Amino acid sequence: MGGQAEIHASTYAGAFSDPVFQSQSVFRSLMDAMACPGTIMPLGASANPPAPLGAGAGAIALTLCDDGTPVWLTNALLQSSVPAWLSFHTSAPVTDVKPEARFVFIEAGGLVPGFDQFALGAQEYPDRSATLVLEIASLDGGSEFVADGPGIKGETIVAPIGLPDIFLILWRENRAQFPRGVDLILVSGTNVLCLPRTTKLRRREV
Amino acid sequence: MTDLATYNFAYLDEQTKRMIRRAILKAISIPGYQVPFASREMPMPYGWGTGGVQVTAAILGPDDVLKVIDQGADDTTNAVSIRAFFQKVANVAVTTKTREATIIQTRHRIPEETLTAGQTLVYQVPIPEPLRFLEPRETETRKMHALEEYGLMHVKLYEDIARNGHIATTYAYPVKVEGRYVMDPSPTPKFDNPKMHMSEALQLFGAGREKRIYAVPPYTEVVSLDFEDHPFEIQHFDKPCALCGAEHVYLDEVVLDDKGGRMFVCSDTDHCEDRREHGHAGHLLAQQEAAE
Repeated sequence: MGGQAEIHASTYAGAFSDPVFQSQSVFRSLMDAMACPGTIMPLGASANPPAPLGAGAGAIALTLCDDGTPVWLTNALLQSSVPAWLSFHTSAPVTDVKPEARFVFIEAGGLVPGFDQFALGAQEYPDRSATLVLEIASLDGGSEFVADGPGIKGETIVAPIGLPDIFLILWRENRAQFPRGVDLILVSGTNVLCLPRTTKLRRREV
Repeated sequence: MTDLATYNFAYLDEQTKRMIRRAILKAISIPGYQVPFASREMPMPYGWGTGGVQVTAAILGPDDVLKVIDQGADDTTNAVSIRAFFQKVANVAVTTKTREATIIQTRHRIPEETLTAGQTLVYQVPIPEPLRFLEPRETETRKMHALEEYGLMHVKLYEDIARNGHIATTYAYPVKVEGRYVMDPSPTPKFDNPKMHMSEALQLFGAGREKRIYAVPPYTEVVSLDFEDHPFEIQHFDKPCALCGAEHVYLDEVVLDDKGGRMFVCSDTDHCEDRREHGHAGHLLAQQEAAE
């Protein structure tokens, strides 16, 4: 009985207290982060979703998801009360068909499927592709990649911790599909670092 | 502002804003590509900047400072009414100073003052498809963009040269973004095209009637199409601005009387006023002062 009450509380609580302005604020952070890939930006607001979804990823879901955006969740998220929370606050349908998802949420430490299993968009409509919201341990302090592309003045260094070992291979394959491809939002706490499909990454030679 | 409560902040409902915001993020991820979006009816007719207004409404926050220009001017009908609209529905701070603005909505000019990081330029776009006058079918132009088949555009520019001896396109001059998509920079004079290249500011384009949003992120290559033997050139003006004496700016022709009198003045009113405040005077202003 007590357990059920807790599930209800975590399902119904934890959204924005001021949805209009907080979602605007989160969106502007995301827009700036997507326009300046590799730059770490604080989200303007945070949410309190059920574990294991983090505060930043929850805020992004509240800001961008609704009944028009099927969402794919990892097993760990599916088994938590996250689907009920998402459904209650955003009306976003949860799908287990990867290519149908417009947004993909992966909790910190969760298994990252190959990017090409998700919608990459069509050559005529490359915008019809998935956005992956990937929670990781930290956005800096890891092994360094050199990033360049639109939005980056010259080059910049990104050094996230907690990406899968084969990330660089996955990312290069994604980049090679341009203009098709997925876009990444890396989240740690309430900070984000965006990697749109245009960003080129290479390991930094020391 | 008691009537503010009757509208959601910035007029649009939250679901519409989310849809536009998702389109903006995808547009930034694919520079120069036109993202379809479910454009709404706005309380102004199509052709009055409904695309730009929807983009601005979706990104605008209470801390923003908004500037709206119409052909460079802050004080023409379209600029005044859109500025008043956002004052009413978002209670947002407005300015005419380019450097104070965080969001600049524009109809067909880029301010003379170089935009800086953190500023966002929102263009009102009538016809987003640069290939539309060459190929009327959307299905075909989609395919041409998909296959990066832009030969037709070069043929058009070539025909310009064959007929006129030079590329006669002076506004809405096609550009290639990051070496991939050919994009219509909206009907800005080609004078402004070089300002788009490697701009520090984020540039967003909204076409309301045609239901398209596209974007150029900061530090992105924007190259005007041309030929080796007919390189891209911007307009040059023989005389400086008659009021502020500015050179290397875009000038508008103003008819002064019915005897053929005319002057050329800055199209960017803020730039012109700022220069005059700093003591610069063009020949007409100097004459007037001498007469007084």
